[in-house]
Amino acid sequence: MQYLVSVIDDGTGLATPTEEADIGAFNDRLRAEGHWVFAGGLGSPDPATVIDNRGDEAVFTDGPFVESKEYLAGFWIIEAADLDVALALAAEGSKCCNRKVEVRPFL
Amino acid sequence: MNPVEVADAITRVHHEEWARVVASLTRRFGDLDLAEEAAAEAFATAVERWPADGVPPNPGAWLTTTATRKAIDRIRRENKRDAKQREAQVLYADDPPQPLGAVDDERLRLIFTCCHPSLSMEARVALTLRLVGGLTVPEIAHAFLVQESTMGQRITRAKAKIKVARIPYRVPSTEDLPARVAGVLAVLFLVFNEGYLASGPDTDPVRRDLTAEAIRLTRMIRTLLPEDGEVAGLLALMLLTEARRTARVSATGELVTLGEQDRGAWDAAMVAEGHRLVRERLATGVAPGRYQILAAINAVHTSARDARDTDWSQVLALYDQLVRLDPSPIIALNRAVAVAELDGPEVALAAVDRLEETLAGYHAFHATRADLLRRLGRSRQARAAYDRGIELAGNTAETAYLTRRRDQLA
Repeated sequence: MQYLVSVIDDGTGLATPTEEADIGAFNDRLRAEGHWVFAGGLGSPDPATVIDNRGDEAVFTDGPFVESKEYLAGFWIIEAADLDVALALAAEGSKCCNRKVEVRPFL
Repeated sequence: MNPVEVADAITRVHHEEWARVVASLTRRFGDLDLAEEAAAEAFATAVERWPADGVPPNPGAWLTTTATRKAIDRIRRENKRDAKQREAQVLYADDPPQPLGAVDDERLRLIFTCCHPSLSMEARVALTLRLVGGLTVPEIAHAFLVQESTMGQRITRAKAKIKVARIPYRVPSTEDLPARVAGVLAVLFLVFNEGYLASGPDTDPVRRDLTAEAIRLTRMIRTLLPEDGEVAGLLALMLLTEARRTARVSATGELVTLGEQDRGAWDAAMVAEGHRLVRERLATGVAPGRYQILAAINAVHTSARDARDTDWSQVLALYDQLVRLDPSPIIALNRAVAVAELDGPEVALAAVDRLEETLAGYHAFHATRADLLRRLGRSRQARAAYDRGIELAGNTAETAYLTRRRDQLA
C-alpha cells in the first residue's frame, strides 16, 4: 500500500541546513526499513505554468492553478502496511522537515 | 417459549452479539460493509425463524454461522469481489466458531477501528453506535439531531475512509494504547452526555436509550481492559450519574437540581456499584485521571444521605486535583459551585465572573451565575442572567427549571 505524504509550506520558505540534514537522515531510515519509494522537493509555485489542452489549442497560463498562502513544497511516496504505519512515519516527516504534512492513500 | 419471550430473547441477543458478529465477519472478509449487511440479514432470519424453531442453544454461534453464509452468498452473487475475499471464502467456509476469548479481542479491534484518531469525532461516534452498538442510522440521526441522509453519508464516508486509506482492524500496540483508549472513552462519554442532557425542543430531556448504550459499551471495554483505571472511572461516573436519572426530572418535565432531588428515588444498586468501582481505584494507589476524579466527586455527592450532609470540602479538594489535570474553564465553573457552599456566594461569584470571556456562550455559566446572584439578593442581575441561560439551554427540562426560578424572583 502506497501513501503520498505532501509537505505543506505556509510561508516558511526553503529548508534550513538543519532541516536538510534531518530530512536526509529520515530518508535513510525510510530506505533502511523498506518504506522508501520516492521523494522530492519542489520550488515555490511562483514559476509554475498551467497548461489546458482540452480544447482545440493548448493554452499556457503563467502562475499556479490555485492561489493560496499554503502550497506543496515537496512530498514523499512511502510504502506502508496500513494507515497507522503511514501516519507514524508522516508524523516523523513533519518533525524533521518542520512543516505540516498531509497523508493520502494511492488508489 | 411464547412470542413475547422470543422477541425479548432476540432483543437481548442483538445487544449481546451484534458487535461480535460484525467483528468476526470483518476479520474473515476484511470488509465492514459486507460484515454489517450480512449481520443484519442474519438477525432478520432469526426474527423469521426463531418464533417457530425456538431460540438456538448458542445464539451467538448460530448468528455468526448464518451471517457467514449470507456473506458468502453475497460474494458469489456479486462475484466481483477481489481475489483476497474469494480466497477467504474458500479458507473459512467451514470454519468452526471462534473461541470466546479471541472473539472478544475482535470486538475490541472493531471499537478501535471505529474510534481511529484519523476520523472526525462525529464520524467516530456514529460508527461506534452503528457497528459496535448496532443502532440503526435513523436512531443515531435522531439522537444527534441531524437528517437521516446526513448521518447516512457521514457513516458511508467514514467506512470508505477505513477501506481506502486502510485504517487497520486491530488493537493498537502497547505504546499507543493509552492514547487510543482515551479517544474511545471520549466517544463513549459524548454518547452518554447527549443521552443525559439531550438537546432539542422536541427531544425527551433524558435519552435513556443513549445513556444505557454508553454504559453497555463502557462495560464491554471494561471487560476487555479490566486494568485500565480511566475505563473503570468512566464506568463509575456514568453509573453514579445514571443512578440519579429518575430523580432528576420532575413529573412536569422540569430539571430537579442535585440538592432538591428525592434521594430515595436514586437507583441504589447503581450507586453501590459506582462506589465499589471508585473504592477499587483508590485502593490501587495509582494517581487517578480525569474520569476517576469526576467519579470520586459523584461518589461524595451520592454518599450523603441528605444534601445538607454533603462533604463540600472533599468535593472542593477533588476539584482542585482536577483543575491541575485539566485547567479548563468548565471545570473552574463547577469548582465555583463547591466554593459557594464553603466560602459563600460572593467569593464564588468573583471566581465565576473571571470566566465570562471564555464561557459567555455556555448556558451553564449563566445558570450558575444567576443562582449566585439570586442568593446574594441581586434580583435584577439574576433575572438578566436567567434570561441568557434560558436562551442558550438546549434541554427542555433545564429551560423549564430556569424559567421557573426566574419567575420566582422578587
